[in-house]
Amino acid sequence: MSENSNTIIKVENLTAGYGDVAIIKDVNFEVKKGEIFVILGGSGCGKSTLMKHMMGLLPPVSGRVFIDGKDIVTAKGQDRIEILKGIGVMYQNGALFGSMNLLENICLVLEEYTDLPKDAMEFIARMRLKVVSLDGSEHKMPSEISGGMKKRAAIARAMALDPKILFLDEPSAGLDPITSSQLDDLIIELSRNLGITFVIVTHELPSIYKVADRVVMLDKNTKSIIATGKPDYLRDNSDNPWVRQFFNRES
Amino acid sequence: MIYIDYKTNNDELKITLRGHLDAAFVSKVWRESINKLESTKPSLLEIDASGVEYCNGAGAALILQLKQKQETQNRRFSIVGLRKDFEQLINIFDPGIIRETAKKGNFFLEFVKNAGRMCCRVLNDTKAEISFLGELLSKLLAAFIRPSSLKWSDTFLIAEKSGANAVGITCLLGFLIGVILSFQSAIAMQQFGAQIYVADLIVISLFRELGPLITAIIFAARSGSAYAAEIGTMKVNEEIDALVTMGIDPIKYLAVPRMLSGIFMMPLLTMFNLLLGLIGCGLVMLSLGFSPIVYLNRIQEAATLGDLAGGLAKTLVFGLVIAGIGCFRGLQTATGASAVGDSATKSVVSSIIAIIFLDGVFAVVYYYVGI
Ligand SMILES: Nc1ncnc2c1ncn2[C@@H]1O[C@H](COP(=O)(O)OP(=O)(O)OP(=O)(O)O)[C@@H](O)[C@H]1O
Ligand SMILES: [Mg+2]
Repeated sequence: MSENSNTIIKVENLTAGYGDVAIIKDVNFEVKKGEIFVILGGSGCGKSTLMKHMMGLLPPVSGRVFIDGKDIVTAKGQDRIEILKGIGVMYQNGALFGSMNLLENICLVLEEYTDLPKDAMEFIARMRLKVVSLDGSEHKMPSEISGGMKKRAAIARAMALDPKILFLDEPSAGLDPITSSQLDDLIIELSRNLGITFVIVTHELPSIYKVADRVVMLDKNTKSIIATGKPDYLRDNSDNPWVRQFFNRES
Repeated sequence: MIYIDYKTNNDELKITLRGHLDAAFVSKVWRESINKLESTKPSLLEIDASGVEYCNGAGAALILQLKQKQETQNRRFSIVGLRKDFEQLINIFDPGIIRETAKKGNFFLEFVKNAGRMCCRVLNDTKAEISFLGELLSKLLAAFIRPSSLKWSDTFLIAEKSGANAVGITCLLGFLIGVILSFQSAIAMQQFGAQIYVADLIVISLFRELGPLITAIIFAARSGSAYAAEIGTMKVNEEIDALVTMGIDPIKYLAVPRMLSGIFMMPLLTMFNLLLGLIGCGLVMLSLGFSPIVYLNRIQEAATLGDLAGGLAKTLVFGLVIAGIGCFRGLQTATGASAVGDSATKSVVSSIIAIIFLDGVFAVVYYYVGI
């Protein structure tokens, strides 16, 4: 096993599924520190599923997932919490807590894991909201904001603890092109300046070309990875016609 | 290693930061540095960040907060030696001047406002309840007139869940009440040598009051709250909106089947409750030395069919009202997961209040009618 100190997530022979149905079979890949790693694939091919396995939310059928060298599948108790503190997640549908306003949604995890005074927490929460252009909506409830705003709030919440790894499930779906492009800039800035590693599921081609350092492409039929690499390289040079179609937006 | 140092020089404050500017560090120095700033009120605040090795959101927050405090007071702020990448980070995160949220007004004024708001809410609530009840009844009637328009499979499923599946708990409680009541009254009656009349006492109180009441309370707690939670969750998930835009009336689709099952299940459940209550009482009578035949005769003499019918008639109304309140509270659900819990709680509370009120009304009516 070539354990590279530059690797932050390592997926080893992972087979994932629900019940008896395998969704992904025997995949292997690594994510490097500070990298923007994009998972691609048709709808329903198991991108969200793969992501949930990478953050240890679902037990794999077989195989292992290492985060920073620690196996998240077998980690328990305090070890597991330590690993989880290092990751932030934005779920596909936001998963904001409906009974709390946006500020409280972000403060929740700060209250749990830091000893910051209340005003410091609120300041940090406002900072996060400002980054996603939600300043002024601190006291709104999740039900009072639009779908795209929910996404942005969820990203702000995922960043609350300054995680080393951010998982974003379709962050730009439902955002207008300008906000979506601002979000891309933000992702790049955070990754360059803070060294945050991003694992992103997205379908937005412009965004993929702009941010992705590397992509993996999942395939529904073979239930495995059919392509890995830089998006522009895959677009021009992949030997798989489906991959070229995907990047060239053909049908 | 972390390090913070303050130096005052005439009218200037210099803060030196060194080490890892993360949440752990910031939580230690946040209070202290802000207090320092507010007590010295320097015309220039200079932060020396040349020793900062790492800075994340929390660190940025500290620096930005200090900066803001200075700038809102029209005093100067400068930062030196911060690494380029951290500087960029601080620029990304700068939330700008934060507008203070409106301060609370005078206490008395707030109180009057809240009281007014509360009254309006209660009135609106009552109005909504009454109009909802009207709507429900009219749609229920429509369903009776044209039974084919109803989704019968749903209705039966709901009836099974809230009726058939509740038989066990209803019987258990009925039996318990029968045994306890008869045993307790037997002790009192013994002093008068009137133990045989325990049967009269139990039968009358079970048929007329206790049976219907207990069953209604079980129904409210078990099924009314479930209706509220189920419909409330649908409301939260915008499923109710989906029904409306599909042209399906949520009241007809969701509430009417539940009310029908309430109306039909409540009397049946009450009968089970009464039967087990009588059996429980019978056991106690048996143990007191009365033969079963004596007990049966006593029951038949004590209670008329009118007592039984009167009690069961009440349960029809109870079932209707409990199911109606459950659906109403469900449809009224605000947003968020806790709202569903609130609706379930409210449905049980409102149902029990309604049961008590209606029971009183029935008692008065029965008294005048002479049942
Ligand atoms: N909880 C679950 N139980 C059973 N099967 C599931 C579950 N969640 C997802 N699946 C199945 O797993 C497959 C992959 O789902 P997943 O949500 O990972 O897709 P996805 O690639 O994220 O799609 P999309 O781009 O539409 O979000 C689908 O076929 C889906 O039916
Ligand atoms: Mg998905």
